[in-house]
Amino acid sequence: MSDARLIASPWERMRGHWSAATWLRTIHVMTGVPIALFAAATLVGLALASIVFIWTVVVPVAALALTVWLLPWLTRLQRARFAAFLDVEIPPVPAPEATRHPWRWLSSRVRADSTWRQLTYHLLSPLLSLVGFVAVILAWAACLVAAWFSVETWVSGDERQSVPLLVITLGLLVTAPWLARGITDLDLLAARALLGPSRNDELARRVVTLEESRAEVIAAADAERRRIERDLHDGPQQRLVSLAMHLGMVRTTLTDLPDPAKRMIAQAHEEAKQALKELRDFVRGLHPAVLTDEGLDAALSGLAARSPFPVRLHVDVPERPAPAVEAVAFFVVSEALTNIAKHAEATSAEVMVWRDGDLLRVVVSDDGRGGADPERGTGLRGLTQRVGSVDGALFIESPKGGGTTITAELPCG
Amino acid sequence: MRVVLAEDSVLLREGLVWVLGAAGIKVVASVGDADGLLRAVDEHRPDLVITDVRMPPGHSDEGLRAALVLRRQYPGLPIVVLSQYVEERYATQLLSTETSGIGYLLKDRVADVTDFIAAVRRVAEGGTALDPEVVAQLLIRRHSDPLDRLTRREYEVLALIAEGRSNLGIAEALSISESAVGKHINNIFAKLGLPNTESDHRRVLAVLRFLKIS
Repeated sequence: MSDARLIASPWERMRGHWSAATWLRTIHVMTGVPIALFAAATLVGLALASIVFIWTVVVPVAALALTVWLLPWLTRLQRARFAAFLDVEIPPVPAPEATRHPWRWLSSRVRADSTWRQLTYHLLSPLLSLVGFVAVILAWAACLVAAWFSVETWVSGDERQSVPLLVITLGLLVTAPWLARGITDLDLLAARALLGPSRNDELARRVVTLEESRAEVIAAADAERRRIERDLHDGPQQRLVSLAMHLGMVRTTLTDLPDPAKRMIAQAHEEAKQALKELRDFVRGLHPAVLTDEGLDAALSGLAARSPFPVRLHVDVPERPAPAVEAVAFFVVSEALTNIAKHAEATSAEVMVWRDGDLLRVVVSDDGRGGADPERGTGLRGLTQRVGSVDGALFIESPKGGGTTITAELPCG
Repeated sequence: MRVVLAEDSVLLREGLVWVLGAAGIKVVASVGDADGLLRAVDEHRPDLVITDVRMPPGHSDEGLRAALVLRRQYPGLPIVVLSQYVEERYATQLLSTETSGIGYLLKDRVADVTDFIAAVRRVAEGGTALDPEVVAQLLIRRHSDPLDRLTRREYEVLALIAEGRSNLGIAEALSISESAVGKHINNIFAKLGLPNTESDHRRVLAVLRFLKIS
């Protein structure tokens, strides 16, 4: 089907030329004139009234208020015209803040850049639509006149005049729709630029939707982590405890087995316990239940205690931040301590978490060999991304031989 | 010894009944949630309670809340809390009223059957059994100031005291003589400014009060 559309015969192309859309475009140009004239006359009238009666102060202010109040209605009218004849939705301009305070209402609308853009369109459109109207009407009228004379000269036997007139008629039949299209396209361009949301509005709206969708993604990921933690807790972890317990029973009760058998049972027992410990550490890194129940302080002391090196912990967070922020803060400390254990050759570390106005500050420092490079390795990059997911910032200070300090600033206002 | 057991995993519950039974400890009731635990204790008046932390309906810290209720309703009832994770915060709550007859252990410890049964008996006799992980977390809390003055060996001894071990237990764990343990303990108590006492659980109380609750 798409191929048939792409390779349209010249005839089909011509037919499309005179389709219903062409007539609707012509009507669009026609209807543009009265609407544009009405809008411009109203606005100019109000402007003139305020100039003439400027000394009264009241009239200009009232005229300004009326102008500001009328503008959206005039714009709505124009948008309806585009929707009806061209089937084009001009996206609405985001409304300035709603307020009952009359003075604030007026000033917010006068200051809004969209007000001035709409005004420009309504003052510009009479010019555009009049020129368009005249051009399109002239083209169609000339076409009819040429056709008429062509027929008349043909009937009266003057073929030398009739043929060029016929050519002119056909030419105009092609040109008139083009003209209508050109004019409507120009009108559409102006309307999109001046009646629709500006690029700033568009960007602001996009930022809002992106923020919303990102928050949803983070919440979903958090929920997923919790679900995995719960599933592992209810399933494999209980089963492993049971397995280790049974092996433990076997190990203590079956003492009269041959030595190789005893050794193998002992090894199986140790393996089961090790698996249990590894699974526990993994699950805890996902999202510890104590973080949900008791908050950062309780969750971090568990982390610090399990580190293979001594960790000093200072947590001063009187008011609990949002769960997403707590999860990120926990993740930062967890990753940082894992990194220190793997790479830093540190003898001790310090974790400090405190509330600083609207920021939650998380600082993890060690006395290791430093030289940590965020560009290398996925650990620090993952950390930066996770911190960025809540609009936080991560700073890494790691001079060679001078230890490493990781600071995360997480907004939680 | 008669025990009421609360654990929502059927597999583990049956395993525990078996392990305890093999050691001559009778499980008079085994239940799967906190409400059931409170009812069973009311009905059977056991010598000891063993409970999981995370149980239906909320799957959060129901078992711990139930243990705290039982501590209030039946002062002196020994309770062993088993959990997939041990948290210093929960330990503090459990120990905040009375430290005698309290156990707080990782479920992993069940795998070392002999040690587990010994811990259960210690708690039943009014002693304390804290998981080494909890003790480590408690020590982290107060790792600064006077604890810095402890030697490495004294620090190890302190951790074992906090777990609820006797002098003999500590001596065995560190492969040193009991009199050496006594000397270390005297040094620790002197450095921390704690009164030297005889009873095992009172020593734990003293240590914990110093570490956290003070």
